Formats: sequence, structure tokens, C-alpha cells
Amino acid sequence: MSALRNYTLRVWRQKNPKDKGAFAKYKATNISPDMSLLEMLDVINDRLIHDGKEPIAFESDCREGICGACSIVINGIPHGKERGTTACQLHMRHFASGETITLEPWRAKAFPMVKDLVVDRDAFERIQQAGGYVSVNTGSAPDAHSILVHKDDSDKAFDAAACIGCGACVAACKNASASLFVAAKISQLAHLPQGDPERKNRAKSMIMQMDKEGFGSCANTLECEAVCPKEISTRVIAEMNWEFIRASVD
Amino acid sequence: MAVKGNQSPDVFHRELGKIMWNDCGMARTESSLKRALEEIPKLRESFWNEVRVPGEVDELNPTLEKALRVADFLEFSQLVCQDALERQESCGGHFRQEYQTEDGEAKRDDANFCHVAAWEHQGEGQKPKRHQEELEFKEIALAQRSYK
Ligand code: FES
Repeated sequence: MSALRNYTLRVWRQKNPKDKGAFAKYKATNISPDMSLLEMLDVINDRLIHDGKEPIAFESDCREGICGACSIVINGIPHGKERGTTACQLHMRHFASGETITLEPWRAKAFPMVKDLVVDRDAFERIQQAGGYVSVNTGSAPDAHSILVHKDDSDKAFDAAACIGCGACVAACKNASASLFVAAKISQLAHLPQGDPERKNRAKSMIMQMDKEGFGSCANTLECEAVCPKEISTRVIAEMNWEFIRASVD
Repeated sequence: MAVKGNQSPDVFHRELGKIMWNDCGMARTESSLKRALEEIPKLRESFWNEVRVPGEVDELNPTLEKALRVADFLEFSQLVCQDALERQESCGGHFRQEYQTEDGEAKRDDANFCHVAAWEHQGEGQKPKRHQEELEFKEIALAQRSYK
């Protein structure tokens, strides 16, 4: 086993939405490099509870990079500096012993603060509900190849479908734009025959909902693509714009 | 939250996990299950005396969420062990080491255990009541399964 490490953590603590919030410092000692960042927080929280203090609130569920629950800005970068990695998959071996690690929540107007590192991402759900679905009853799974989809399209749909809806794109964007998320959902269905009947309505409704939630506009900075743990390409944003124009002309 | 201990719910969760893994894992025996049935109530008691849940009830409180789940696990694991003890045969993922064929396969006892069982809660501290529903097979004959 590799040597245990020590860190200083600077963590954003905010009791509730009304509280002003501030950074607090914690010593993380005897941390195994094989732990994930969240496992390290579990250890810290156990100690905090033991000492009668309130543990650091953060979100997680699957802890294997597929659910999108974990959402921490690590040293200024959503999900940390490792590419294509969620916070739950980020291991402490990527941090040198003695390092100071800063942990903050996603910050965006459309993601209201809940507590510490937890923000409310319901806005994404409402955007999904505005059109991110296929409403025909598709019954049970059809035979393979009964609906032919071009390989190129199925690849593109699949790439877009990799989005886990974590919101890192919003947190990274200087405009807090949700374009990458919304575009991934629109693109995924736009490439498939099942998504075709509702395609126009979908593009319009989802984009309208996105604007209503208070997300900013895309300025093509491409920060979102750089931090996306699923490495969704900004190609989908171009496709979203195309879908929107298409829906508006006829 | 009224309990003023100093351990996080995770500590009890891990402890319970160890008991279940060792004594009620895929291979279990009468004695391991009996041991678990002695240890779980002890752990449960120390949970209710020593757990600590900081924070507020009306705010987001992940420790409270965890504590409520661990409280459930502590009740449920006891029932799992009870049920495993009662089913004196091997069957599917329930491998009682006492009941195995010569070459180490699960040995069912269809004469006595060809049924599904459900337990009914009889109140705190009371042994739950076991209900059973016989399984009838019309089209196939029951046989030993071998994965070899
Ligand atoms: S906890 Fe599910 S993606 Fe990180």
C-alpha cells in the first residue's frame, strides 16, 4: 500500500440559503491515495460528527460516474482537473501530499444554494420535462434491426446520451449557460427515428424552458466541453441551434 | 436526533456490514446465523445509545437520512438472518453449509421447504410470524441444479 497523505481542505460552508457562507479549513490526515475524493470527505465527516460538529453536506449516489449527483468544484474546476472524470471517480493519488484543496459548490443563479456543497438542480428536470422525451408508447423492446438507424447517427445519438445531467457545464461557463446539457438531450433524440415526430416542438420547448430558468447564453467559450465528465462535444450545441432554426422556419 | 452519542451512523453501518458479510454471506451456517442474531440486537442497542446526528430536522440533513436508513437496516438484517436460519436447506443464493451435496452443490429440501415465506411484524421485541405459501410445479419436475 502506498504511503498515506495529508491535505489541507478549504471547503465552502453555508448552513442554508440565507446564510452568507464562508470557507472553512480542515486538516485531512492519513488519507489513502486509493480513496476517492468523496471517500475522503466521508472520513472527514465521520470525524466531524465524532467531534460534535456538522458534517460537510455534499451529494453523491452511484459513485461510479453514471448518475450525475456528485457536483463539486475542485480547485476551481468542476469535477477537478482530471479529464472525463466525475468528482466521485477522482482519486486522491492525483493530489500531492501537503496540497491545499479547495472545494466549492456549483455556482449559478439557476442552481439555488441548498447547503455547503449542495445546490438545487431541479431546473434541469424542468427542462427535461419540457420536451426531453418520446411520448409514443414504444411497447416492449423491438427486434434488433427492425428500425434501421444509420451507424453515424446511432454513434452521435449515443455520444449525446452519455450526458449524466450533472451540471458541470453550467458551473464552468462564465455565462452559466446550460447549452451543453440541453443540446445533448436535443441531439440525442434528433438523431433517432423515434425522436423525429416531436423534434420541432422539443427543440422549441426545451430552449424556452432553459431561458426561463435563468441560464445564460452560449458564447462559444467551450469551457463546458473541457470540464464535461462525459466529454460531450460542443458539436451538439451547433446541432441544437440548427434544430431551433429548423423548428422556427416552418 | 435526541440520542446524544458521538458516533456517525456510518460507523454502525460498517459494523453491521461486517456481521452480515461474515455470518450471513453466501455461505452461512446455523452457528454463524445464531451468532449474528446475538450480535445485531447488541449493535442495534448501541446505535440507539451512541449515534450522533448533528444539524437541523427542517434543513437538508444527510446524516439524518443515513441514520434513518441504518435504523431500518438494523431491523431488516435481523429478519434476514432469522429467515436464513429457519430455511434448513440450500437454495439459490442461500447456501447453508450443512446442506450440500457430496460435490459441494446446493442441496434443496423440497419435501419441507418447497414454499415461499413471508414474515409478519408482531410488535417491537416480539418474534415475527412466519407465513408460507406452497409452490406447485405442474409442468416441470424439480431437480438439482448444477453449474458445473
Ligand atoms: S456519484 Fe454518481 S456520478 Fe458521481
